[in-house]
This record gives sequence, structure tokens and C-alpha cells, in this order.
Amino acid sequence: MKNSRIILSGKTKNMLADNMVPIIFIAFTLLGFAVARGVPMSFFLTELSGRFYRNGFLVLSLIIPVVAGLGLNFGIVVGAMSAQLALIIVRYFFIEGFGGLLLCFAISTPIAAFFGYLTGKLYNKTRGQEMIASLIVGFFANGIYQFLLLFAVGVIIPVPATHPMIKTDGVGVRMTVDMGSLKYSLESVLEVSFVWAVLVVSILYLAYMLCKYLRAKQMPLAVSGGKYSFVGMAALVLCIAISLISIITNNSLMTVKRIPVLTIALIAMLAVFTKLIMKTKLGQDFRSIGQSQHIAQTNGIDVDKTRIIAVIISTVLAAWGQLIYLQNMGTLNTYGAHNQIGMFSVAALLVGGASVSKATVKHAFAGTLLFNSMFIMSPEIGQALFGQAILGEYFRTFMVYGVIGLALGLYVWNANRKAGLTLDPDTVETRTSI
Amino acid sequence: MVNNLLTMKNITKEYFGNKVLNNINLEIAKGEIHALIGENGAGKSTLMNILFGMPVISSTGGYQGTIEIAGEPVHINTPHAAMAHGIGMVHQEFMLIPGFTITENIKLNREITKENIVSRIFGKQYESLDINKMNADARTALDKMEMGIEEFTLVAGLPVGHMQFIEIAREIDKTGLKILVFDEPTAVLTESETQNLLSAIKKLATSGIGIIFISHRLDEIMQVSDRVTILRDGELVVTMNTKDTNTHEIAQLMIGRKVSFERNETKNRTLSNDTMLKLKNFVVRMPGEDVKGVDLEVKKGEIVGIGGLAGQGKLGIANGIMGIYPAKGEVLFEGKPLKMNDPKGSITAGLGFVSEDRRGIGLLLESSIELNTVFTCMQIKNSFLKRVGPIKFKDTKKIRAHTKRMIKELDIRCTSSEQRVGSLSGGNQQKVCLARALTQEPKLLLVSEPTRGIDVGAKRLVLDHMKKLNEEQGITIVMTSSELAELRSICDRIAIICDGKVEGILPPDASDADFGLMMSGSKRTNTEQGAIHNV
Repeated sequence: MKNSRIILSGKTKNMLADNMVPIIFIAFTLLGFAVARGVPMSFFLTELSGRFYRNGFLVLSLIIPVVAGLGLNFGIVVGAMSAQLALIIVRYFFIEGFGGLLLCFAISTPIAAFFGYLTGKLYNKTRGQEMIASLIVGFFANGIYQFLLLFAVGVIIPVPATHPMIKTDGVGVRMTVDMGSLKYSLESVLEVSFVWAVLVVSILYLAYMLCKYLRAKQMPLAVSGGKYSFVGMAALVLCIAISLISIITNNSLMTVKRIPVLTIALIAMLAVFTKLIMKTKLGQDFRSIGQSQHIAQTNGIDVDKTRIIAVIISTVLAAWGQLIYLQNMGTLNTYGAHNQIGMFSVAALLVGGASVSKATVKHAFAGTLLFNSMFIMSPEIGQALFGQAILGEYFRTFMVYGVIGLALGLYVWNANRKAGLTLDPDTVETRTSI
Repeated sequence: MVNNLLTMKNITKEYFGNKVLNNINLEIAKGEIHALIGENGAGKSTLMNILFGMPVISSTGGYQGTIEIAGEPVHINTPHAAMAHGIGMVHQEFMLIPGFTITENIKLNREITKENIVSRIFGKQYESLDINKMNADARTALDKMEMGIEEFTLVAGLPVGHMQFIEIAREIDKTGLKILVFDEPTAVLTESETQNLLSAIKKLATSGIGIIFISHRLDEIMQVSDRVTILRDGELVVTMNTKDTNTHEIAQLMIGRKVSFERNETKNRTLSNDTMLKLKNFVVRMPGEDVKGVDLEVKKGEIVGIGGLAGQGKLGIANGIMGIYPAKGEVLFEGKPLKMNDPKGSITAGLGFVSEDRRGIGLLLESSIELNTVFTCMQIKNSFLKRVGPIKFKDTKKIRAHTKRMIKELDIRCTSSEQRVGSLSGGNQQKVCLARALTQEPKLLLVSEPTRGIDVGAKRLVLDHMKKLNEEQGITIVMTSSELAELRSICDRIAIICDGKVEGILPPDASDADFGLMMSGSKRTNTEQGAIHNV
């Protein structure tokens, strides 16, 4: 209805084409609300925020390889496996609580760094095919992982068959590992009310944006986002208003699950880290090799080394992300928990508007929210339209792989369009120097 | 000589048993502009790759000989080491990152950083960039080049002339720069840009930097260099003072055969009055070479030249006709309208095209000479194919025979017809492009910059061959070129493009002044635009 009155100018068309994937997802979520009546906002927000804490970190771990020109790193699965190995080691010795989780972080880091290094080496050998290589690395690592946990544990490494984590025949780790009080160990440190958190964060962010806007003229390298920031500010004001109303009227939004401050803080720190590292020498090297390996090389940048560093960082971050994910889940599905991580995180990033060569923190956040909205709404839509929630489940799978395919296709199409390879002379942007 | 900045002694390099450099000695004094010339494949690039420590050298077994900088023997095995020794290079293909600003490009991998909390713990890699200082440095370098452009402009979309200057700015921004190599810096520049560049180079030399200047353009070398070294087939022919020689001698020494660009009139031309190609209000959107409404008529059997300065739109015309860049307007080919933006249609109609962008769209670099030669024909005309039932196979025997003939005819220097095109030198790649266009047996051949980046001998060959085609087979030719001398040597008339339009059409024997004025757009001729000009 909204679109019918808008005349599509060339510019709008471009904008639509650039943001095709996010638009589809927003439309889908809105459709969900429209057809599945009675999905309470508080339920939606509880689900969405929960999933955001779980996945946000993992999705952010994909950004650096994209900037460094390695494409979408499906190889974060390797990081996830490192995390699980660390977790299994820690749980084997019955270490519990927050300290146990810290130990998991400590153990997983060198493992992930080591495998990240190997993965990076492989990417350097498979230059130009990093994405497909990263997929295969995931499958290959899965084989080693299974060999290690199903065979080596018990046959090569002696373990007592009576240990609750070990299968009854004394060989291999059980299908599920109980995480004991590692569950929610990060979350339970400090939790605050959702609405209050929204209020505080919105106010702080609004203040930050205003400061930035006032100083905008002094930033030569900053990406221009003038118009965008006004929309953002308006949205923030809206958030503040809604949360104030909720607090005053004590409506259903107050029942949204409380926010785990530490998890959010970690995600925020990673977001800041990702932004800041781009402003360092290393980050500039990432960007240089991402744009042109050849030119970077002739200017003396050690391309191979920089690429390996990017992969190591990504893999280690993915390991940490997986730990955050698992402590939120509560049980470890030993042989399955890591399988979907790569695909789903990549899909989420792409949904946020990222592409094979461009990804930002904004893309990661927007993508995580939109992608999970689709996840929450699809069973509801399936239920409402066909009377079967399971149809929605099928739809999810279809969407995950569909969106990756679509995003890859659109990327090439957009690249061609921008290069002026389209047939309509009017849509070709004339190159102008600023 | 003791005050030599750079001495390269007995440099020998083999690629898989194939000697490409043999005992080369080169000396560069302080503040000297030393021209290095030679045909394609003479070894200039290899020599510079050695000097610059390019990975391609060490990965193919290194080199023999010694390099001394300021009297100290050095071993350069990476570009980084070369830079550390004060060697800079302005590349033929721009080494600029389009998505970066000018500052970021100038400071690429030499970013100025400042400490922060993280870097104190984890080391220098994590220091933040000091954008303000970087901008200031970039500004200084740009000011030295007298470039007014703002340092935080993105490089993407800048004219090529600017890019060249940014590259130089990057080199002079490096502290301790001793030797600067210019690898065919003027190949992509217009004449006025070239003059700017040459004076900039002279200025640099007076500041004590030793300059190695590689170029194909002899007059530039005469104008700017102090000494000239000539390479031929990996051997050093001679090093001499520029003022003791002349272009004629250099050209002769370089290729060892006599060359001239004189126009030799021929008989037997079948010039008819039939119009072969007619453009009416032809518009092409080609970035950097926009065509803004061209009217032009080409008669059957003639050779029409399209000239003009870079960026004025001369290259856009052929690309537009072939449907490579979006175009609109009216194109009549043999009286029939040609469908716009349809490369296949254009080829089927009988148009052949040799692109100016031979590495980009002209050639399949990873494929063999054979495949490149017949590729278009196989696609469009279904020739060179064997039909077995419903399946079509390549007719390898026929392809090989044809390619061998082409190789002989165009004198393509290669090891075999199966050689990868990407491994050929520029001039030979160009010949393969021409071979492919000819294989289509076109009625009209559009040739863009046929001699760009190729040496004098090869140029003459290419030009002669086009003339021969025109005379013997009656192929109509539209040749686009930045080099006026070339156009004048074979064309019947020359259309000069200025600001996307036909400024005027001149006969080849018109005076230099006429051409010059027309190119700069300062003279509107009385000839109506696009009017038929009888030869």
C-alpha cells in the first residue's frame, strides 16, 4: 500500500537494489505481525533480545575478514569447535561458575589462535577461493573434532568410563554435555530491566550522536552519514519516549526478559574494538589488502601475514562468541552445536546489508536483529497461514540458504551495475570527483 | 665514478633457462635523468623488477650481479627493502587503491601513527592513525607537485593525469628517496599532462634525486633526459649522452632496423561513395570518455582516424558502437540501423573491434593464443567448430593452422600458438587482439589505440598491416588513437573529438597548428560538424 504512491526514481531504485535483502526481511517480519495476530510485543522482544545476546558476538567476528578481503569466513566454525573443546576440558574437571567460564575463555584462545593460523595459511594458498575454502575447512575440522572426541578420548587419552561426560563404554564424549553452573554464568552476574536499559542506552547514544554531529566537519576520513544520523536520532527519541511511557504505565513491555549486562558489554566492547582497530595501522593494512592485494604488496605490506592475523582474530572472536552462545543455551550439543554457526552468522551479517567486500558493525547488529526476527516470526506465520508451525521451520532453512545465495548474486549484480555494465544509459552514475 | 647513486653491475637474469637479461650495467648519478628504452621484451621491466625486489624475481630463481647504492653493495629481495634503500617507483599501471582517499594512498603502508593504551601493550601494529598529520604530509607533497586537489578526495573517479601525480606525490613524500623510477609515465597522459609531468620530473632531478625514465616516446626522452641507455633483447646496446644523439639514432639502435612514420601514398584504393557507417547524435556513457552527441559518416573503403586529447570522448565512440558501454542515438551500418547495446549484434553485423583495454576486455589472458584468436568467431559465427551430432567441438586442427598463419602474418613473437596470452609482451598481446578481430573477417574494423604501450617497430608493423588490409581486402577502418602521427600516417581523414563532440574533420596533411588548435577546442572550423568531407 505504501509503495503504490511512490514513483520510483532512479535513485530510489538504486537504494532498493542496494538494500534488497534487509527490505525483504523487514517486510517478512511485518507480515508476521500482520497475519499472526496475538504475538505480544513483549514475547517478541524477549525472544529477539535473547537471541541477540547469543549471536551478536559471533556475527561481529565475521567483519574483519570481510574488510581484509577474505570474504565471508565460514571458517568461524573452527573457532566454535575450539570453544567447545575448551568447554569440555573445563567441564571434565567439574569446574563451575564464572571462574569456570573465564577458564574456558583462557583455554579456547590459544586453541582458536592456532587453528586460525592454520586456516589463514590455507586461505593464502587458496587465494581468490577463500569462501569456498572456509566452508570446506569447517567440514574438515568437524571430522578432526569428531575423531578427537569420539575416538581419541578414551582410546588414546585414558578417561574413566564412570565419568558422567564419557559414554558408558568409556570411549568418546557423550552427545550432550551438561554445563552445570556454567549456564548463565555470564548472564547472572548482573541483569537490568529491558525498558530501563533501552532508556539509558538511547539517551547515551543520542548524546553521542549529537556530539558527533557537532564535530562532523572536522572529520575528513569519516564516512558521510548526515541524513542518516537524523533518522537515527529520531528513532532514538522514539525509543526514549516508548520506554518512558512503559515505565510510567507499567505496560506489558516491562515483562520483557531482563538484560544480561555483561554479555551486552562484551558485545559492545567487540563492536568498539572492531571500529577502533580499523583506525590503527593494522586496520589500515586490513583495508589496504582488502582493496588490492597487489598494490598493498608493492607498497611493502606483508599481505600474507596480515591476512593470517585477520583470520586469527576472527577465529578467536568466534570461539569467544561460541562460549557466550553456549553458556546462554545451558547444554552443549557436543556434535551439533557448531554445525550451523558459520551459515547462520554469515546469513545474519548479509541480512544486515553487508556484502562479500563490505561489512560494518551496523550491518552486523541490524542483521542479527532482522535475521532473528525472521526466525521468531516464521513459525508464527506458518501457524497462522497453514495451521502448521513446522512449515515455518522449513521456511527458516529455506531463508538461511536463500539469503546467502541472494546476497552473493546481488553482490555481483551490484558490482556490475556500478561498473557501468548495465544497458540503460540513464542509470549509469557518472563518475565525478568531489 | 664515485658519486654514483646507483650502480647495477653485470646483471643477468634467466627465466627457466631463457636468458632475458645478459650482463647489464647501469649507473645513475645524483640528479641525473637517465632514460631507459628498448622494445617490448627487451628487458626493461625485468631490470626494474630486480631493482625493486619484486617477488616475481626471487620466486623464479633470483638474479646474478650486484647492485650498489651510493657505493654500498646491497641485496634487495622485497619491495620493502627497495623502499628502505630509497628506491621509489611510479608504475605504469597505477598502484593506487581507488576506494582510498588521496592521503591514504600517499601514505599507504607509511601511515603516521600515535600511541594509544592498547599499542603500549601489544605493539606498534595497534597504534592509531594520525589522520591530521597524514593529511598535512599529503598536502605538502601535493603542493610540491603544484596540485590543487584536496587531499581527502577519493581516488576513484579522478582523471588518470591526477592519478599519475598522486603516485609521484607518494614517492616524494617518502623520506630518503634517492632513486625514482618512472615506468612509462606518459603512456596514459594527454599532451598537456605530459608536459606538466616532464617539468615535474626535471624539478625533482634538480633536488638531487636520480631518475630512471622509461618511455617509448622518443621526443620525451630527448626533451627530458641527460643520458640514455638502450636495451635490445636483454643486451645493453649503448649508454650515451642525450645531447650527442637524436631520435632517429635512438630508434635505429633500439630496434636495429630502419623505421619511419612517413606516409606512403598508394594506388588501387577503392574509395566509393557509399556510406558504410553513419552516426547521428550518438551518445555514449563511458566513464571518463563520455560521448555527447557525435555525427560522423564513414565511407566504404576508407580509413578514418579519430583523434583528440584523452578524456574528450574519442574512445567512447568505438566502445559505444560495439555495445560495450551504454549508448543511444542512431547508428546506420550499411544503411541498416544497428541495435544499440548489443555486442553480439554488432559483431554479427560485420563490425570488428580491437579494444584499447586489451587486458580488461580485449583478451582472455589465461587462455592460449589460439583460443584468443578464434574465440569470437566460435561464439558468434560458429566457425572453427566441428559438429558431431548435436554436439559442437573445437576444430583444433583448423584453429591451429589459422593461428599459425596469423602469427606469421602479424609477426607475433611467441614460443608456440598454445602459449598463454598473459605471458606475452604488450605489443604481442595487441597483435593477438588484431588477429582476433581479423579472424572475424569484418567489413568495418574499429581499432582503438592499436599502438598503446608497444614499441616503434611493432607500431609500424601494426599500422602497415592495417593499411594492407584496407588496400587488399577493402576493409573499412575506423582508427582511434592518441598519437596524431600515427593517424596522419595512414588515415584518409581525421575527425578530432573535443568535449564529446566532433570538433572538426581534417585531411592528414593539414598543418600541425590546425590539429593542435582543434584538439584544444579553441578553433571551431567552418566545416559543419559531421559534414561529409571529400578526400
